[in-house]
Amino acid sequence: MSTLINIQPVTRIEGHARVAIHLDQDGNVADAKFHVMALRGFEKFTEGRLVEDMPRIVARICGICPWNHHLASAKATDKVFGVEIPPTAEKLRRLAQHLAWIPDKLLHFYFLAAPDLLMGLNSDPSVRNIVGIAVQNPDLAKKVVHMRHKGAHLLEKWLGKVIHPMAAVPGGFSKPLLEDQRVEFLGETREQLEFAKFTIKFAKENVFPKYMDEIKTLGVIKTGFIGTVRSDGTHDIYDGNIRLMKPDGAYDDFSYDEYTDYLGEHVEPWSYAKMPYAKKWGAFSMDLDHPVGIYRSNALSRINVCDRMPGPEAQMELEEFRKSFGRPAQYTLLYHWARLIELVNNCEEAIRLLEDPEITGREIRTPVKVKAGRGVGCVEAPRGTLIHDYTGDDKGLITNVNLIVGTTHNQAPINMSIKQAAKLVIQNGKYDQGTLNHIEAAIRAYDP
Amino acid sequence: MAVGVSSEWLNACSGCEISILNIGDALLDLIPSKLTLVHIPALVDSKYYGPLGDGSHVTLPEATVGFLSGAVRNQEHKEVAEEMRKKVKILVALGTCATNGGIPAQANMWPNQDIFDKVYKNSVTTEPVETPQDTVPSYTDRVMAVDEVVNVDIYMPGCPPHPDLIAEAVLALLDGKTEWKLDERSVCDTCPVVREKKAAGGADIKRMLQNVTYTPGEPVSQMRCIMEQGALCMGAVTKAGCAGKTGIPRCIQAYMPCEGCFGPIRKTANPLIDMVSALSSIGQNINSLLDRRAVLNRFCGAHGKLRPLPTPPKR
Repeated sequence: MSTLINIQPVTRIEGHARVAIHLDQDGNVADAKFHVMALRGFEKFTEGRLVEDMPRIVARICGICPWNHHLASAKATDKVFGVEIPPTAEKLRRLAQHLAWIPDKLLHFYFLAAPDLLMGLNSDPSVRNIVGIAVQNPDLAKKVVHMRHKGAHLLEKWLGKVIHPMAAVPGGFSKPLLEDQRVEFLGETREQLEFAKFTIKFAKENVFPKYMDEIKTLGVIKTGFIGTVRSDGTHDIYDGNIRLMKPDGAYDDFSYDEYTDYLGEHVEPWSYAKMPYAKKWGAFSMDLDHPVGIYRSNALSRINVCDRMPGPEAQMELEEFRKSFGRPAQYTLLYHWARLIELVNNCEEAIRLLEDPEITGREIRTPVKVKAGRGVGCVEAPRGTLIHDYTGDDKGLITNVNLIVGTTHNQAPINMSIKQAAKLVIQNGKYDQGTLNHIEAAIRAYDP
Repeated sequence: MAVGVSSEWLNACSGCEISILNIGDALLDLIPSKLTLVHIPALVDSKYYGPLGDGSHVTLPEATVGFLSGAVRNQEHKEVAEEMRKKVKILVALGTCATNGGIPAQANMWPNQDIFDKVYKNSVTTEPVETPQDTVPSYTDRVMAVDEVVNVDIYMPGCPPHPDLIAEAVLALLDGKTEWKLDERSVCDTCPVVREKKAAGGADIKRMLQNVTYTPGEPVSQMRCIMEQGALCMGAVTKAGCAGKTGIPRCIQAYMPCEGCFGPIRKTANPLIDMVSALSSIGQNINSLLDRRAVLNRFCGAHGKLRPLPTPPKR
């Protein structure tokens, strides 16, 4: 008799999902699927909106990474209206983005991933959470809650809202950074850098070595990778070319406007989320032995595709990582490591921007005139490349929107990883809640 | 004895949950000594179908207080809302989506099929296919606020609600109170800008294609009211509270107009009508505002405020 195991909600992820595992009559995994259960329809209900209202509306795609949608959208509106933003405006946008990533990374590592890594994959669900960590290690928990909140609070202090912002506008930015804030933020981001370095050291010494077996086996698949790089191949989260790398490391770099030549979206009838794939690699297939067209996004992917990190500390971390795992690294659980390399980078980049005297410049917006146009604006969100493709008419009203965003790029890979993980951990009908948690842990690496 | 708290997110974005985390250090004073998180998908491994995934229907644990964020968009959201209502004593509609529909309720301007057709048939990167229907929950006929499907005890609007307000409500509930609400004041009531009771330049509303006039470094109280400067600012018809108990409205702090994210000042208010009089009181003409219906109902498209317009007959 076959069995259906319904893992819902998938917990400690940033959204709604269900994992359905079908066991055959011998208790072995016949199939496993990751069902995304919700569709809000932003691509449709933003039709007819004022172009300049888009950055504030689409922030609501995600309450954890709203700044990234906000910025991708502002870039798209810049292009629709055909404006170049002043240099200070770009620096302000970049600064806001790095400041937004820092608490996001801390949230994932400590609140969502660490319960598995510190309490144990098989631990009791009642303690396998941030509260369990707080009971076991109150000083660490206090520091974590404090640092995450302080990081988020910087954006509140400067720009009013950290969740669902409004300061990025077509043509630039709405508010400058004052000198006293620059000095204050510099002190704060230096403290965040120290905590980031503590975190990656802690993880490398106390966490990853304990999980080497899982790292090498759990959720492991072979895919390509996508991310943003500067024209010289350096990692960048705000602007550059999109690099699409094959599993063997060969890659194409393309500009935002060319994305439709490279990316398609596959649909399965059992999930509302679409599955982007690399059109030029052949017909889409999630077969575990012969996948075709499949690529991943998010931290591991970005550090795979980039040639180097921009700052010395992050670059040191990347070199150490590559010595152990090569390029591109495929082991899924390495996302947790890659995420911390990027956290160090976010702090270094924020410091570099705050040390730049131009950051307090007063020319922050190019005035905009309404005109018809199409613009593709992209940035990296922690979860992956955001593609906001807008068309506006001559009244400055949106006529068409296409979005490929963040976690969506990982829909097919997540499906493959859970199938691999389920087959790995469930045999002959033997499983308990910890076994099922292993399958979820493969998902959590992607931070969907 | 710690009070049990359950939390679920429906047609949500998780911003309200992050706002809870932004309570900051005080959270560790509350949890676990005063509050126990019995169910909250973001943080705790509590499952609908049991830890082995063999249950037959959505089951939530009992709790004293339940938070629901997000609006109701599909049958599963409805099921979760109903189950939550059964299992908790005090139900809080957390955030503007749960209270008023929020931005995803802008979808109410279209019939459901139009949304599916766009996503699955008319996307430049997608080969046209039929709408997914296998396992995934079907849409309700429109996006609904939580109180359109279950009784709500406490409303906490905001996109997102300020962490100070969430903390205040939680402390009130821990103190044994069963009621909490925001005052019925407008954002303008809490906004310190300079007002001359007339538009600075002309009857037409200016689109936000250039920044408003302000002096960097000067307090906001020395800036001319953004609505009087000509931009469309929803402050006059929006509930106060975005900056917590005290504090300058948050978008105004960044020199941007209020977009109405706390929703209408009172449940029965109609922002579209109220905005007409607010604008004419300073000599501005609402007809100069493009996309009126969507802008003025940006956050409150539930409760029937946004519906598909009848399609004009084909000639």
